[in-house]
Amino acid sequence: MCLAVPGRIEDVLIEDVVPMGRVAFSGVRRLVCLAHVPEAVVGDYVLVHVGFALSRVDEAEAKRTLELLAELGELEDAMSGELDAGAVDGMAPTGKEHAA
Amino acid sequence: MKHLSEYRDPGASRTLLSAIERAVTRPWVIMEVCGGQTRSIVRHGIDELLPEAVELVHGPGCPVCVTPLEAIDRAHAIAERPGVIFCSFGDMLRVPGSSGDLFTRRARGADVRAVYSPLDALEIANRNPEREVVFFAIGFETTAPANAMAVLLAKRRKLTNFSVLVSQVLVPPAMTSILQAPSNRVQGFLGPGHVCAVMGMDEYAPIAAHYNTPIVVTGFEPVDMLRGILRLVQQLERGQACVENGYERSVKSEGNLTAKRLLDDVFEVCDRKWRGIGSIPKSGYRLSYEYREHDAEQRFEVQDHAVAEPEECISGQILRGLKKPHDCAAFGKRCTPDAPLGATMVSAEGACAAYFAHGRIGRAPKGLPLYDERAAQGGAT
Repeated sequence: MCLAVPGRIEDVLIEDVVPMGRVAFSGVRRLVCLAHVPEAVVGDYVLVHVGFALSRVDEAEAKRTLELLAELGELEDAMSGELDAGAVDGMAPTGKEHAA
Repeated sequence: MKHLSEYRDPGASRTLLSAIERAVTRPWVIMEVCGGQTRSIVRHGIDELLPEAVELVHGPGCPVCVTPLEAIDRAHAIAERPGVIFCSFGDMLRVPGSSGDLFTRRARGADVRAVYSPLDALEIANRNPEREVVFFAIGFETTAPANAMAVLLAKRRKLTNFSVLVSQVLVPPAMTSILQAPSNRVQGFLGPGHVCAVMGMDEYAPIAAHYNTPIVVTGFEPVDMLRGILRLVQQLERGQACVENGYERSVKSEGNLTAKRLLDDVFEVCDRKWRGIGSIPKSGYRLSYEYREHDAEQRFEVQDHAVAEPEECISGQILRGLKKPHDCAAFGKRCTPDAPLGATMVSAEGACAAYFAHGRIGRAPKGLPLYDERAAQGGAT
């Protein structure tokens, strides 16, 4: 019910003083109410729920999250590499080992 | 698709799972509050991929599930009035009241229509000025701005034939109610991302501090959820209880100020009954005085009848994180999505319906025993 899907604003029009916009979701276009995201402009991604844009997707934050994940991935790779080589002593036990 | 596919990446998910395994040293019970997250967790099998020490329990975050039977009966009574066009989100149409569902009403001649948006219901009112058009305004804070905008536009456009049957609920009071119970097991919450996209995070800090329970606002994709779980486990292991934003691309700490102003104008906070849980103080919205002319309950003066839930249903305990669907003797047998006994089976986002839809019948979650009906009844095992 609280599902909201990101889509890209293709154009903005005003219908009876309410800002509306065509929003594209991978091949599907819908008319969406933009009244709650006055800061959003054409080309922005917005999260859409029951025909309303809830929030503008922050591209810089999205990029930052993905970069953090990539860093975590590199760290995990490095740690498992060290573990495989038996170079690290006294590592915290994994949940599986602890719960067993 | 951008902002979805990157957050479904199996490699990133494996990395996060590995980091969770490294971080956890003790058992922890984590609740996801939102029904969309419950569905995603079960669909992707996230709870089964986690280390055994991390248990996910499923909260009361499906608004269709927690809409009380009395409200559904009121909707049915209004839908049956001559001249009424009754509009509802599709999810509500097949939820049974004390006698049948909205499809049953439609089969008997009532004009019941499924709409995607409250604005669709408003357009139906605009095109049918001689008919009374009623919209069943259910949902959490995520849906509230859409429902509020429909009411505001109806007033502004003088659509006097449009009214709403409001059954809006609010997340923070439900979390407080769960944490206050002496039997509570929840030690950390995955916060509801889209609710917080509207409301922001300010309401959650007092809950985290008072109950010493960390809350990480989390998105809905597998990578989002695993990241939320990792951050919760890290806080729990360190003995912290902070509110963190794990859904940075969509949630600002102050929320959506434009939408919040609209909510303050159109709605006021009231007590609400939650199906399976009971009444929770200040846990819902009703129309504020200025918009009561669009209140369907006042317009149609529907009588309330107390309705009893089946005694066998344990959905109240599931919604509080005390039990799982497999703990119920009726799950998948006498209670299915086609013939649900209670709250957690009536919508695809309910824990029981999600378990049922993803083939978790006849097998228990890892590490837990399967309910044995014959043994419970004293028969042979």
